[in-house]
Amino acid sequence: MNNFNPVEFSAVFPELFMAVAAMVLLVAGAVRGNGLTAFISWSVLATFAITAMFLLGIDWDSRTVMGDMFRMNPFTGFIKLLILAGLGATTALSVRYLYEEAMARFEYPILILLAGLGMMIMVSANNLLTLYVGLELQSLSLYVLAAFRRDNARSSEAGLKYFVLGALASGMLLFGVSLVYGFAGTIDYSAIGGSLATFDGMPVGFMVGMVFVLVGIAFKISAVPFHMWTPDVYEGAPTSVTAFFALVPKIAAIAVLMQLLYGPFGGLSAHWQQIIWFLAVASMIWSALAGLVQNNIKRLMAYSSIGNMGYALVGLITGTPQGASAVVVYMTIYMIMTAGVFAIIMCMRRGERAVESIDDLAGLSRTSPLLAYAMAILLFSMSGIPPLAGFFGKLLVFQAAIGQGFYTLAVIGVICSVVAAYYYLRIIKVMFFDEAAEPFDRQMAFAKRAVIALSVIFVLFFILKPNMLVDTARHTASALFSG
Amino acid sequence: MAPSEFLVNYFPILLFVGIAIGFGLLLVVSSLLLSWRRPDVNKLSAYECGFDAFDDARSKFDVRFYLVAILFIIFDLEIAFLFPWAVSLGDIGLFGFWSMVMFLGVLTVGFIYEWKKGALDWE
Repeated sequence: MNNFNPVEFSAVFPELFMAVAAMVLLVAGAVRGNGLTAFISWSVLATFAITAMFLLGIDWDSRTVMGDMFRMNPFTGFIKLLILAGLGATTALSVRYLYEEAMARFEYPILILLAGLGMMIMVSANNLLTLYVGLELQSLSLYVLAAFRRDNARSSEAGLKYFVLGALASGMLLFGVSLVYGFAGTIDYSAIGGSLATFDGMPVGFMVGMVFVLVGIAFKISAVPFHMWTPDVYEGAPTSVTAFFALVPKIAAIAVLMQLLYGPFGGLSAHWQQIIWFLAVASMIWSALAGLVQNNIKRLMAYSSIGNMGYALVGLITGTPQGASAVVVYMTIYMIMTAGVFAIIMCMRRGERAVESIDDLAGLSRTSPLLAYAMAILLFSMSGIPPLAGFFGKLLVFQAAIGQGFYTLAVIGVICSVVAAYYYLRIIKVMFFDEAAEPFDRQMAFAKRAVIALSVIFVLFFILKPNMLVDTARHTASALFSG
Repeated sequence: MAPSEFLVNYFPILLFVGIAIGFGLLLVVSSLLLSWRRPDVNKLSAYECGFDAFDDARSKFDVRFYLVAILFIIFDLEIAFLFPWAVSLGDIGLFGFWSMVMFLGVLTVGFIYEWKKGALDWE
């Protein structure tokens, strides 16, 4: 470990680049002040693009580097590309919003960059400590982002709530890690499985440790019953931050969960399947029911994201390469759809002020028909209506579950998906059939148009070339099972 | 290893705990017995952060105390890392040396930020 190896170094180069860029931009911002906010935002966007290029340029063969602390394989590579795409989309969306809402401080894009760095590290972790460090870097940045509009009571409340509950979840995760270490004698992903095989039967302490680790991560993906923070934080945080929360950290946390469950905890699948089963069912049912009575569109999206995590867990529970690739496809489609929906939510401005109630969308089809049709397509896709992309995500996930005999789970999932369709369709009804409300402000930033257009095009035309994504997902997911 | 032999290894710790308790008691009791006591208002009032030790917790306080405390903790921890690093520098070689230099570099970036933001000015 003491000798420095340039080949090893290449695997961590994208992360190192992000870290250095974050520090340079932070110093630049500190010296020059908030006048640089726009410049720093675009620099952060450029950083994501350059990092993605570095990531595509390096070798994706499976290997561990930095004294086995850090892992590179096709799965982590693909997930990191996805994360960078989500980060780029949210950064582009938020630049104009920061100025519109008079909260243009240069820390905002830098916090997004640091959160992104944390996510990249936690996805590449090959050691529970690396995982924790990445997770904390991510979470601490997200806490501050949630409270970014600090003179607004809602936003401060969101930040405080998220911080208190998030710190509790991190504590539980760490406690679980300590138990795993106590019983397995190692925190290295590759060594934990081997150490477990030397016991006859499973030490109870190890299982308790695993449960605590799962609780910590279930909090991060906001699976019921660890979802309590989600609606309040989504509602209270500035909309650009809510978009960020819905898009990116979920993908990182699901990827971490897959790596843990199929890697170090792979031998205990009979045990963790019960836990994941409960989380999936509870998330799907609760989001379908609670979503019905929401009037705030950001709160509704919070319940929608809880439900979507439930569907992702349905694919994850199977523990097969097929299920894992279904989850990767599902998360990719979810991210692209949600990006489009949030870009539209950020267009909901009337008289220079953001509005966020579902009734504010009334009659959108007459005042701005293009926006209404884009929203309708995205919502049809989210509710899983063929031939839009969202349908195929759900189809693959349920197919994987049926293939492994999880019939009850799949049936509950389909029923919940039908119930949840009601709240998506209700928005469409409000947009197309209700008395028209005042029109929204006309001007729309280029970034919003671009994100909405890309998202709608993807959702509409996914059916023409589904194999591009599905085959890539299959290839990346197989890396999870090859050791 | 027999269980009793295993426990023998912990005897120095037991001894240490015994001495610590004895010495602590000695100091407390001797100050009770030997000291002069002349209380007055200033001696009994709160000091340090200015809080009464036994009072309603829901009172207003100046958040700057905490800002200073948090900034202090960062550099306090830096020292806690620097000591073992300095002691083991001979073993960890150039790699260890540059690792710490990078860590200090990151901390310096944070320091520049807090300085420029005015977190170190009291007024």
